[in-house]
Amino acid sequence: MNWAGLYTVLSGVNRHSTAIGRIWLSVIFIFRIMVLVVAAESVWGDEKSAFTCNTQQPGCNSVCYDHFFPISHIRLWALQLILVTTPALLVAMHVAYQQHQEKKLLVLTGHADAKHMEEVKKHKMRISGSLWWTYVCSVVFRLLFEAVFMYIFYMLYPGYQMMRLVKCEAYPCPNTVDCFISRPTEKTIFTVFMLVTSSICIVLNMAELVYLVVRACARRSHHSSNPSSGKSSFYGHKHSSEYKQNEINQLLTEQDGSLKDMLRRNSGLQEKGDRCSAC
Amino acid sequence: MDWGTLQGVLGGVNKYSTSIGKIWLTVLFIFRIMILVVAAERVWGDEQNDFVCNTLQPGCRNVCYDHFFPISHIRLWALQLIFVSTPALLVAMHVAYKRHERKRRFRNGEKIDLEELKNEKIHIRGPLWWTYASSIFFRIVFEAVFMYVFYYMYDGYQMPRLVKCSDWPCPNVVDCFVSRPTEKTTFTIFMLAVSGICMVLNLAELCYLVIKACMKDPRKTT
Repeated sequence: MNWAGLYTVLSGVNRHSTAIGRIWLSVIFIFRIMVLVVAAESVWGDEKSAFTCNTQQPGCNSVCYDHFFPISHIRLWALQLILVTTPALLVAMHVAYQQHQEKKLLVLTGHADAKHMEEVKKHKMRISGSLWWTYVCSVVFRLLFEAVFMYIFYMLYPGYQMMRLVKCEAYPCPNTVDCFISRPTEKTIFTVFMLVTSSICIVLNMAELVYLVVRACARRSHHSSNPSSGKSSFYGHKHSSEYKQNEINQLLTEQDGSLKDMLRRNSGLQEKGDRCSAC
Repeated sequence: MDWGTLQGVLGGVNKYSTSIGKIWLTVLFIFRIMILVVAAERVWGDEQNDFVCNTLQPGCRNVCYDHFFPISHIRLWALQLIFVSTPALLVAMHVAYKRHERKRRFRNGEKIDLEELKNEKIHIRGPLWWTYASSIFFRIVFEAVFMYVFYYMYDGYQMPRLVKCSDWPCPNVVDCFVSRPTEKTTFTIFMLAVSGICMVLNLAELCYLVIKACMKDPRKTT
């Protein structure tokens, strides 16, 4: 499992994202992960071997390096990118669950042929109902992780700038010893670059959050002002929750008790229907 | 996520490009990215380890290296290639948006042949023309900016053999020797030449688009 594997996993999520979400994913992969892999890793590659202290005391080099660099920038960025991209998997899981429910419904209503099953897999899910909440949560978590890591960077490496020289007096260094960091300017340039892209991602996430909220409010006000037209468009949409609820009700009245038991056991569908009727 | 994945992403864009755009993409991948990965990275691989200064003063080497090489050529080229290839994604996004709109109109009842929708060749006209032209413009701007940054940072495109350094903690003016200066100069000039070729291709593509758009307009009015 490496960055390419993560890319494969998250590309699938892309389909169910908003337009801003897709832009965010492209920025993450091209301007952050790719820059990290092809450029930043080689800049920090020799950070310990080229960390030189003005002493011949054995152990002083290691101790001073460890004191000033508790965790390397590269590892922090890797953690940040993994944590920031993972909330999207919540959405992927929810979509997979919804698709599973739809397939089950198709089986129950007798439309379980290959064509319909393929269609369930391929069609893009509308971000409404419980999926909306999952999506919003994933965006909130992304924002949170980005902010937390930016703060951690600021705490560990004040000012985001890499110094050329650090003065160290940890044991076993004899006195205050000058230690020189390798490539400080290049490291500062890349730190600032990653900071800027992180901020762009925060802005994109906030924009996506605002867009989702505004869209949900607009949809709600449209449905409350035109209830009849709203319902007809809902019923027109093949995979709407009311349509599904109707199907389930039909099945409950027409089929026998064993089928009722099966549906009640999979009460997710029913709960979803109840929740959505309150939307 | 590495150059291979970028190639996968941009390979899809190839379908909607003009012929010159396809040539440009090939030049980018073969003569720039591939050369960077298989050759240039090896040449610059030992740049700091083999940067030798005529002093035993600890720290002097680090400081002098940092002073003369604020950002390595390899990293600058990597950033240049990423920035130059990304505007093509604008075009890919626009095409995806157009396809999505057509599918939506099809779902709403408009008569569109499904087969035609799948195999449709996207014509570069209307708003897509503007997106495409903007992407070429941004490519040219990024190429020019990076060529200037190279020139400004390294006082020309030649790698010196010897640099004289007097930053603290170096005791006096100290001679520092750069490793493989001739090979580095050769590759710098090569990458510069290919960068120039890419700029020329981009300018040609822009002219081609403009001329095609102008030629189409008189036909529409007659």
